[in-house]
Amino acid sequence: MFPRAIDMYRVLPELMWCGFGVLVMFLQPFVRGRQFFTFLALLGSLAGTGAAFASFLHGGPGFSGLVQSDSFTFFFRLLVGSVSFLVVLAAGPYLDREKLPIAEFYALLFFATAGMGVLASAQELLTAFIGLEMSSISSYVLAGYRRDSLKSSESAMKYFLLGSFATAFFLYGIALVYGATGTTLLDKMALTDGTSTLLKLGLALILIGLGFKVAAAPFQVWTPDVYEGAPTPVTALFSAGPKAAAFALLLRIFATVPAATQYWFWAFWVLAVLTMFAGNLGALVQTNMKRLLAYSSIAHAGYILVAFAAVTSMAQGGSSEAAPAYAAVLFYLLSYALVKLGAFTIVSQLGGTGEKNLSLDDYAGLSQRQPFVAAMLSIYLLSLLGLPVTAGFFGKFYIFKAAVNSHLISLAVLMAINSVIGAYYYLRVIVVMYMREPSAEAAAAGPVPFPLGVNAVLLITFVGTILFGVYPNPVINFILRPNLLAH
Amino acid sequence: MLSGGHLLSVLIFFPAAGALALMMLRGDDYKFIRAIAMLVSVAELLFSLILLRGVPIGTSGYQLEEFAKWISAPPIHYHLGADGISMFLVLLTTFLTPISVLASWSSIQHRVKEFFVMLLLLEVGVIGVFFALDMFLFFLFWELMLIPMAFLIGIWGHERRVYAAVKFVLYTMAGSILMLVGIIWLYNATGTFDLPTIQQALANGQLVLEPRTEMLLFLAFFFAFAIKVPLFPLHTWLPDAHVEAPTAGSVMLAGVLLKLGTYGMIRFCLPLFPEASHRAARWVAVLAIIGIIYGALVSMVQPNLKKLVAYSSVSHLGFVVLGIFAFQNISMQGAVFQMLAHGISTGALFLLVGMLYDRRHTFEISEFGGLSTPMPKLAAFFLFVALSSLGLPMLNGFVGEFLILLGTYQRHWGWAAWAALGVILSACYLLWSYQRVFFGEITREKNRTLLDASVREKWILATMAVVILWMGIGSPFITRRTAAATQTVMDQVEPQRAYEASSPASVKPQAKIVRMNAAQTAAIERLGSR
Repeated sequence: MFPRAIDMYRVLPELMWCGFGVLVMFLQPFVRGRQFFTFLALLGSLAGTGAAFASFLHGGPGFSGLVQSDSFTFFFRLLVGSVSFLVVLAAGPYLDREKLPIAEFYALLFFATAGMGVLASAQELLTAFIGLEMSSISSYVLAGYRRDSLKSSESAMKYFLLGSFATAFFLYGIALVYGATGTTLLDKMALTDGTSTLLKLGLALILIGLGFKVAAAPFQVWTPDVYEGAPTPVTALFSAGPKAAAFALLLRIFATVPAATQYWFWAFWVLAVLTMFAGNLGALVQTNMKRLLAYSSIAHAGYILVAFAAVTSMAQGGSSEAAPAYAAVLFYLLSYALVKLGAFTIVSQLGGTGEKNLSLDDYAGLSQRQPFVAAMLSIYLLSLLGLPVTAGFFGKFYIFKAAVNSHLISLAVLMAINSVIGAYYYLRVIVVMYMREPSAEAAAAGPVPFPLGVNAVLLITFVGTILFGVYPNPVINFILRPNLLAH
Repeated sequence: MLSGGHLLSVLIFFPAAGALALMMLRGDDYKFIRAIAMLVSVAELLFSLILLRGVPIGTSGYQLEEFAKWISAPPIHYHLGADGISMFLVLLTTFLTPISVLASWSSIQHRVKEFFVMLLLLEVGVIGVFFALDMFLFFLFWELMLIPMAFLIGIWGHERRVYAAVKFVLYTMAGSILMLVGIIWLYNATGTFDLPTIQQALANGQLVLEPRTEMLLFLAFFFAFAIKVPLFPLHTWLPDAHVEAPTAGSVMLAGVLLKLGTYGMIRFCLPLFPEASHRAARWVAVLAIIGIIYGALVSMVQPNLKKLVAYSSVSHLGFVVLGIFAFQNISMQGAVFQMLAHGISTGALFLLVGMLYDRRHTFEISEFGGLSTPMPKLAAFFLFVALSSLGLPMLNGFVGEFLILLGTYQRHWGWAAWAALGVILSACYLLWSYQRVFFGEITREKNRTLLDASVREKWILATMAVVILWMGIGSPFITRRTAAATQTVMDQVEPQRAYEASSPASVKPQAKIVRMNAAQTAAIERLGSR
């Protein structure tokens, strides 16, 4: 079937991102200026994000239902597009500092972003698989981008081995589901009989594959090592982008396929509890900032899974009350992406050349050396902790609300307990920054410079965190639209 | 319904504006920073006095309400209001803040700007909690207040400050997050976060909570408040926080923050979950009595003067909780009065202990002895404050304790008898420690040359002493204004007994109390005739 023009509109952002990726690779041998590529990358990520508006205005299913351009897709395209824009801003100075090649980085970033866009818009499992592979393969390379660093190579290797294993699960799951239902289109799958064992098994394998991508326990063991070894702007990308895209696909699957919601409720319940505890307990003993934030990422995936359990529990009854729970997931992913990008950018900048200063001790007395940076990082940590006047607070609040709405009180209480455990290690960082004296050498070294691009990232994420923490109405009203997910 | 302008918002956000202004200043001109902080807190105190006119005597319900839409889904409103109880607690806050600023004048020499910023932000959070009528807004301020307090303890505290600060935050947060689950659960049952709306629905019988649900919700709220009070056995954060906090931090902590717990019980636990409150009352009372006696006994053997005062707070707050859960109007009034009195007396005790620390850099009682010779004025003030704290008639501590015991006696004589033991014990530990610190021979040479109270300290202490005396003699000024509010709470928690509890028949023939109850009765009659 020949694609129509309207189909092109509906995948315009992905086309933009891929196009700019190819353009960057093409220009790489001819242009020397590093600034040029950074500029091009900023332009490209903005163009892709802008194109999300165009495809939203021309919304609807594209390519005979392979992709879907609805409000949900729009939200995630904006999210991953903004994430990649901010990562470009933060990565420019980083790549200069580490003397790493610049063009390939942006090209890979574009392909990864396009993959995430495909994941968020996929309405068909093989399309989703392509999106997953696009974003994963680019991510593996990005994780090993500091070729001369052992840790970075280790990170890429681990990510690749475990990631391809998970992808295999995902693909096998698709095969089984296809065998059971005779289709890979999600909306057709919804109409088939959902009781066959083969379908259940297939769905379980898909869940495992995606569970790996979102770092849900017991599939989370790769996270700290990969996050620690990858270049920090890439870590920022990992924690915000691919995770959001994988959650988007999960949400779309069980928004469309009722069979999935029926079987997945307990799976999500258990996954949520395991993930929260694995993340929070693991983070308690970390002394490396990147590892600490990595474990905190696991914990936050657990909180989001609580909302998933709420969604599935509500959808089981066939009621339409699941909308606030969807909204909880979306809002949480937004607030979380903002905060993690900001926090990792600060960690990246303070790390210094070769990312040496990553230990918690290097943050001692930061409030005296660099009061603004310390204040920013504290706000991000408080947002992760879920204190009021930050976006993280509303994120957590909406998840609690979704859980209580679904009468999952015990899950809500477990999440509350985890929040308190989490408070300990976030506070520990704040304590180190504010209540300990800086080491003599750190004091002598003077403040770490913060270039313009990095400051722009911090400003945007900070304003976003506070703005959505005080006035979340615009976002909430948008994601509570009744036609968020078009079938 | 919504008259009175924006006084409450101004009261909440004026210190925030002050803190913002302070942040803009350069950090090295300490004198200027202190002056600005003082100016802001005194202006706030003067603003807050307008409340006395805004909350008329004898009117029930919330006054000076402010209402604005805030968040669309779920519907959360910016809803503020004041009644007699919250008004006086806010006055207590705005009074103690300038005192704390003065008390930190010379003892804080390091990161001065940040210190006063945190102190003013703390004031914002506390006042917000007292005025919030939307449960979400309440929770927001409740959490907000944690951070400045943690910083006050953690940066400007003593040796184990970091441990104490983290413990303080974790304890409070453990309670408050469960409360958040409770708040959301209650929202699920009612469809609103608005406290007056829920109260109305309960009163009309539109909203009936299933007993088990009600009990769990009660516990979710109560647990958060009990940690804050702190009720035995959840009190273990308190001695650490107090001992490690700087003087101003201790004053605000003991003076105001502990009252947030008891305020929460009065504002949320009793009116929203009356049946559960009744069922739990016996156990709460037992814990409160254990707290009273345990706190007093631990105080008695404390070698550390600041810890002694901290444990005495456990004991005194036990009285407040007992007074609340006795469900008598008299004891409820006593509890409110005791909250205010304890704020002043214990605040003053912490100030005095802080002054001793400024001179000797220790809290150990054994390091002192015979201090009345080098510093007679400080000794005199200390005695005055200690007497008020142990409940000497004519001073503020007596009124609250007496009313609480009186009301509790009507409920259950045994409770009152055990609690009365606490009054005796408080006299023991306070007078005994006073004797060891100020009387006898001077055992340490250093103590011979200690300076007596400076002009600044004399002003602080004299102000506190005047308030202590005024509250003891002029207590009707306060009880008349809180009567309607406590009566409202009583009506909500125990409709059938509300009137008989405050009738003159149950009053003992004591001149002072009769006078007070006449005022109460008058207020209530006015209420009824409206």
